[in-house]
Formats: sequence, C-alpha cells, structure tokens
Amino acid sequence: MAKKTYVAAIKDALAEEMRRDSSVFLIGEDVRLGVFAGTRGLHAEFGDRRVIDTPISELAVAGAGVGAAITGLRPVVDLMFGTFLYLALDQIVQQAASARYMFGGQTRVPIVYMVQNGGGISAGAHHSQAVHPIFMNVPLLKVVMPSNPYDAKGLLKAAIRDDNPVIFLSPLSLTGVRGEVPDEEYVLPLGKGEIKRPGRDVTICSAGATVPAALKASQTLAVEGIEAEVIDLRTLKPWDEALVLESVAKTGRFVAVDESKPICGAASEWTATVAEKAFAYLKAPPQRVSGKDVASPFSPVLERAVIPSADDVVMAAKRTLLGAQEPIAQSHEARDSNQALVHGS
Amino acid sequence: MDNDKILDIYTRMLRIRRFEEQVGILFAQGQLPGFVHLYIGEEAIAAGVCAALRDDDYIVSTHRGHGHVIAKGGDFNRMMAELFGKATGYCKGKGGSMHIADFSIGMLGACGIVGGGIPLAVGAGLSAAYRGTDQVAVSFFGDGASNEGSFHESLNLAAVMKLPVIFVCENNRYGEFTPMEKVTAVRDIAVRATGYGIPGVIVDGTDALAVYDAAAAAVARARNGEGPTLIEAKTHRRGGHAEGEKAFLAGGVYRSQEELAEAQLKDPLLIMHRRMVAMHLIAPDVLEELDHRITQAVAEAVAFARRSPDPEPEAIYEDTWI
Repeated sequence: MAKKTYVAAIKDALAEEMRRDSSVFLIGEDVRLGVFAGTRGLHAEFGDRRVIDTPISELAVAGAGVGAAITGLRPVVDLMFGTFLYLALDQIVQQAASARYMFGGQTRVPIVYMVQNGGGISAGAHHSQAVHPIFMNVPLLKVVMPSNPYDAKGLLKAAIRDDNPVIFLSPLSLTGVRGEVPDEEYVLPLGKGEIKRPGRDVTICSAGATVPAALKASQTLAVEGIEAEVIDLRTLKPWDEALVLESVAKTGRFVAVDESKPICGAASEWTATVAEKAFAYLKAPPQRVSGKDVASPFSPVLERAVIPSADDVVMAAKRTLLGAQEPIAQSHEARDSNQALVHGS
Repeated sequence: MDNDKILDIYTRMLRIRRFEEQVGILFAQGQLPGFVHLYIGEEAIAAGVCAALRDDDYIVSTHRGHGHVIAKGGDFNRMMAELFGKATGYCKGKGGSMHIADFSIGMLGACGIVGGGIPLAVGAGLSAAYRGTDQVAVSFFGDGASNEGSFHESLNLAAVMKLPVIFVCENNRYGEFTPMEKVTAVRDIAVRATGYGIPGVIVDGTDALAVYDAAAAAVARARNGEGPTLIEAKTHRRGGHAEGEKAFLAGGVYRSQEELAEAQLKDPLLIMHRRMVAMHLIAPDVLEELDHRITQAVAEAVAFARRSPDPEPEAIYEDTWI
C-alpha cells in the first residue's frame, strides 16, 4: 500500500471516476493548474472538454453546474475555499439542494461542490472558516468532511456516484497529511462514521480537521488511565447517529469536538441529539469543544487559540469524568463578561 | 413566415392569455394559496421565442413563469392543479406557481429568485455542448434581473465558453414596483451585451413575429456554435407585480393611468389578431372557434384541479434523497 497525501488521494478519486464515467467533469477556477494540487495533471489526461477553467464567478459556476446536473451530467465543481461557497450560496441552496424536491421529484441533481474548509494555515479571516454547519442546515444537501487520505478518496468517489448534491470539504490544515491509500479500487459509503479508537470511559465525537486533536487527546487521557472512544463521523449529513448513540450507551460520557462556531455548530447538533436520545445513559453533562466565536485571526498564535486543541479536548473529557457542572450563576457572570468584551466596554 | 407558424404562435399566446385570465379570477376569489404573478401583456415573448425552439431545447423561467410553461407546450391540467397545490400538479403540490417545471418538455423550472435561473440555462447550454448535441438553452428573465450579479457572471461565462444560450430579457419596465429608469444605469438592457462581446438585440416585445425572427436568428447562431445572444424584448406588464397587490400596497400608486392605458393599447394578442385578420390569414370564425376550445380547456383544467386530491401529509418525505 502506498502512502499518499490528502490531495493526491483526491486526485486519484477524480481521475478514476472520470475514467469510469464520461458524464463526470471538473469545472472551476484554475482547476487545470490545480491550486491545491487535487486537480493538477487531470487536464493532461482529460483535456479542455472535461477539465474546464472558469472565470472567478462562483455564483454562475455553481449554478451552471446545477444546469448541467439536471440535464444528464455529473459535474464536480471546485470552488477552492469553503468561504467562496458564500458567493455561490443562492445557487447551492435554492437550486442544487431544492430542485428535486420543489419540482416534485422530476429531476435529480448529481453534483459535487469541492472546497478546502476551515483554518490552521494563517490564511486570515476570508479563507479560514469552517463553513460546514451552514450546509448541514440546508435540507437535502449531503455534507462530507473526511479526515485522512484513505477516507477522502473513498468518500469522494461515493460523492461523485451519488445522485444527490454533495458538499465535499477537505480540511485546509490536512491537505499535506500523508496516509495509506490502497492501489485497488474502493468506495466508502456516505453517512457512515468510524471508531478510530475504542474506549470505555468517554465518547469523543469529531470529524475532519479535529480528528487528529481528538486522537492526540485520547493518548494523553490514556496515560492517566482514561480510555476514550474516538469517533470520526466522516459524513456530517446524513450523519451516523446510531454509532454515536451506541458509543454513549457504553461510555455514559460525551464530548463533541468541532472547528465550527459554538452556536448552531456541528458539535451543537451532535450534543443535542445525545441529550435527547441518550439522556438516560449520561453520567455527566455532555461537553462541546468548538471554535471560539470570533473571526479567524491571522497570527499563528491567535489562530491556534481559536481552533480546538488536543488540550481543550482533554479538559472537556475530564469535566465529564468529574461530573461536576458549573453553577448557573457563574455561567451568567461568564456571559456578562463576554458581552462586555464584545461591546468593548 | 408561413401561415402555420403564425397560427402556431398566436395559439400559444391565446393559450397563455386565457389561462392567466382564469388564474387572475381564481386568485381574486381567494381560491389559490400563495401568490401569483401573471404573464398577461407579455405573451408575445414566450410564444415568439418558444416557437423558434425544438421540443428538446431547454428553457429556464422566472417567478412570472406560467407563460413560458404554456409556450413550451405545458399541460393546463397539471399546471392548474399545481396552482391549487394538489397532488396531481406538476410538482405534486410542492412547487406552486413560482416553481412549475416540466422536464419532459425541457422546461427546467420557474424560479422564485430574481436572476436565480440564469446560471442554470448556462449549465444546460454547457451540457448540450459537452454531450455534442445541437440543443440550445433559453434563459428568460426581467429587466430587474439584469441588475443582479448572476446576470453578469452568466453572460460572461457563456460568452467565454461560446455556449448555445439565448438570454431573453423581458423588459416590462418595472422591477416589482420600481420603474426601471430609477434603478438601471442604462436605457436599453441590450447594450450590456457589449460588455461581454456578444450581440445585443432590441425587439418590440409586443410584436410576436418580430420576437420570433430575433429568436430564430439567435437560435441559429447558437446551434451553429457561434455562442450566446442577448435579446431585449421591450414590453408592458398589463397587471401588477403580483395579483392582489392593491391590498398590500395599501393605496400606494406607482403607475399613472396614462401608462396603464398605453399598456392596454399595446396588447400583443390584439396586435396579432388584427394583423391575422387584416392579412386574411384566417377567418375570424376559425379564430373564435380556437378561442372557444382554449377557454373550454382552461375550464376543464380548473375542474380537474378542484376534483384532484390534496397531497397526503406523508408526502413531505417523498422526493428527497435518492
């Protein structure tokens, strides 16, 4: 088995699917050159017809992809950064995601929007946001966020073969990460998570960029005799609720780790579901570890402080083991001081 | 132009007019949920353009989309049932007036967002070129949409890729309740084509035959691989932005009586009718018979919609992921 980078795995998936199915094509800005190398070299094999460089017109390109998808093709639209999806939001939400349903099932929309998501490389506020919760909130979109090269290849192939619109998010901080990728053909199912490390004491649920932090935290906890079970959800929508609930039924403790912001973030959804459906199993209040609720700062020091770290996860896991909850009054004080911070007083 | 083509265009226009008149009545009677935007006064554009298309060509429509569906060959019963929100409607009651689509005739959907459908037509054109067919795609939109980013991005994208797309701006002089000249930096939308290196054509949108000629030329160009054309069809919106608008405008007036009277005079259906009679193309009684048949079909569509079942609540989870 060869070790490959995340972006090399992406490129393999694209090349294999384009060879397999002539209706698959790649469209986006600089896909020929391949800014993140995930599309580099494909033009040499597939030519202008199937590797289409476009103007910097995210809205039109995203919508043209829908037009192609509803007339028989399977476009993979590369919009580069997750934040660039904001420019294309109307077409993705109102057309790609809605068309099948609002037209009463007359059509299907087999399209993949592919971007780099989240922060971690000092790209600054406009290129470093974890945008996935916005799309998790859109009915009938699928949202995939693999954490390693093996998953990236298998899930991208599944996304391209899926007849529904898929947002495929590669964590920006993991583009250069290497991992084992088999040479033989494989496809991973969308919607299935994976237990990365089994454990009996606490369930740590993560996806994408925060999986390495969750795993690192589990090692630190193990030194102290705490066995954490680490879950990588891999797909955010539809998500593997059963896997999480079964784990919580076993451990009785839950920590949700995600790079997105705390209010209506991915971790909020996982935690709410655990509270709703596994309350009887919980031995302590579930904990969320989210990105800090500020824009993404440039300084590496500041950016590290914003993104969930392994230490944050260790502390959250320990809070569930102590079982103690902060008194509500203290939380109010914390909230007031937060507001003072926001208003600059 | 041969007589059959002229009668074909007139028939499409009359079908739109009689359908829309009935929808206006039903809405006023409170029989239709939601809101509707009527195409009355603009029939020459949809009819003239669609008469220049093949059945396998694509169109993408707007919030004022009933006319486009009918002109492309849509079915009265399924349209009317959709307006009533019934299970037998085009979208099984999930779309409504602003989301009627008929993929079987290349009608890729009305669109509730101003300018939202334009990129889809570019994609349908791209798809035709990719598959090596000579199909074309038409994007209908209004003067208001020409101030949206999607319009400008789409024209540029279609132009650089030389895609078989015809952009048809139905300039009815109002974006909702605001006159075009207040919010648009140019007098003619067609001049915006210059910025994208494609032909921009102005046509009298109340003259169906002129619209047909302009569309036929643009379609031929697109099929020939010569790229997109922007057609600006200048027209009048006979009614309001939306039916029942007097109620929510609460007495607010945005158009003068003179202007409304002018719109009545420039009725595309009357213009076409007079011309056909004057040219002795067809006997008046044959036209009356045609009108009668269409009116009858509209009445049957209303009856069909009324007797159709509502969707079952369980249907909310149908037509989701496949």
